[in-house]
Amino acid sequence: MSQRYEIRFSGAGGQGLILAGVIMAEAASIYDGKQAVQSQSYGPEARGGASKSEVIVSDTMIDYPKATVVDALLALTQEAADKYSHDLKEGGVLLIDSDLVKNVPKGNFNTVAFPIINTAKNEVGREIVANIVALGAMVALTGVVTKEGAEKAVLARVPEAFMELNKKAFQMGYEKAMAARA
Amino acid sequence: MAKKVAFLQGNEAAAQGALYAGCTFFGGYPITPSTEVAEVMSVELPKIGGKFIQMEDEIGAMASVIGASLTGAKVLTATSGPGLSLKQELIGYACIAETPCVIVNVMRGGPSTGMPTGPSQSDVMCAKWGTHGDHPAICLTPASVQELFEETVRAFNLAEKYRTPVMVMPDEIVAHMRERIVFPEPGELEVINRTAPSVAPAEYKPYDTSFGDVPPLAAFGSDYRFHVTGLNKGQDGFPTTKAAWVQAEEERQVRKVEANVDDIVQFEEYELADAEVAIVAYGSTSRSARFAVNEARKQGIKAGLFRIKTFWPFPEKQIAALAGKVKAFITPEMNLGMCTGEVKRCAEGKAAVHGIFRVDGEPINPGQILEKIKEVK
Repeated sequence: MSQRYEIRFSGAGGQGLILAGVIMAEAASIYDGKQAVQSQSYGPEARGGASKSEVIVSDTMIDYPKATVVDALLALTQEAADKYSHDLKEGGVLLIDSDLVKNVPKGNFNTVAFPIINTAKNEVGREIVANIVALGAMVALTGVVTKEGAEKAVLARVPEAFMELNKKAFQMGYEKAMAARA
Repeated sequence: MAKKVAFLQGNEAAAQGALYAGCTFFGGYPITPSTEVAEVMSVELPKIGGKFIQMEDEIGAMASVIGASLTGAKVLTATSGPGLSLKQELIGYACIAETPCVIVNVMRGGPSTGMPTGPSQSDVMCAKWGTHGDHPAICLTPASVQELFEETVRAFNLAEKYRTPVMVMPDEIVAHMRERIVFPEPGELEVINRTAPSVAPAEYKPYDTSFGDVPPLAAFGSDYRFHVTGLNKGQDGFPTTKAAWVQAEEERQVRKVEANVDDIVQFEEYELADAEVAIVAYGSTSRSARFAVNEARKQGIKAGLFRIKTFWPFPEKQIAALAGKVKAFITPEMNLGMCTGEVKRCAEGKAAVHGIFRVDGEPINPGQILEKIKEVK
């Protein structure tokens, strides 16, 4: 992969999407030896409001740090899906929370939907790890970083007491995305 | 031994650069989007016996760094737009009292409260003209996380070498984005300390120009005693209104920077050798420009990039020389034409200057620049 690969994590402020983007970029740049830049955009409010985190991955130097044509988009809310899907490329990956995004953005996308937040809440056990469930799913769907690198990056960011919880969240997201895609 | 690498945010890198340069004092008042600089300093400074103080406001913060600097410490403050406005009176004080200090100002939308989380490049004129009166100005505009680290180190060097405030001004994009950074080993980057007095305390004068345009600075609290004021002052630091002396001193304070532009001004030239269209850009916008230059070259258009790393002093000579070679300049910036005016001034009508301006809180994207290149080529 010598081309830019552009990923956008979007949802509401407070859902941990900036962190999900940071971990994806760390997986690429620290553990997989690629170039990566992570940037973000959010409103003045600490919680709520549309929020996005963008990651560019490349084998060569990255100049423009923001997305131009998005290869893969995660949308955890309807507002984010409406606001941030306009520059998703044809054939790009679109991952949405099936409970929260009822109006699926129209276009020729590889759409994958499963209840991401519900999975975190009821199957992993804590809603707070929804971002890591989503991250696991994005790692599976994009293939732009290795699963091993991403897992290491997750664990490097998490306090000791929450390692197992996050490992489970990541694995669950990865598997659900694979199953939903098939 | 392998060097330490990390995936860091720009603001975190600025703080790490300050620590590398030997900063032991931070006085600030947190403000988005610069807060992470204060956060890192508040954690790291106590570990090395340094001091972190959160003041009552930005003016107090600026006063605290001037005071700390006079005791011999290398000092840092960090702020953003509205905070930079508040600091201006004391930035002028630091200029006339010739007190080294570094100010990281992360550029967000303005004027006033503007757009706190949106990127901007509209403080570059404030860096030079924000405080009243004639005074020297040094302002660095880094474009990557690694460069933000390195330019913060250089800002400390310039502040100490020329006894003057130095501003590091990343836009919000550079300050908040994260990239891989390779930490330089101790000793790998030059670290300059201020010149200490060579005379006995009884003979010391804080503005003794017989030592050159940058007189040695003693540390307050040591055996050396001296007077500091915001008034025009004599060699001994006490106020004076002697006309000829004041004139000479004002000129010296500006000259110590203006006569050393070759030591201070840094820039990067990319694909300029045969360029017909030169983009002049800085900060995150220069990254969009580089992308656009690569696209233009693929289409056979001879475009190049002059990337400003030191905004003040402005790279006048270099822009003037380029104006004689290229057909046109394109100046994309996240303000309504601040750098554009400077480029026009330096080009003196020898080449057309086309601005691309954005103040809506969105970055200037490569497509916009490419379009302009095609239009003016």
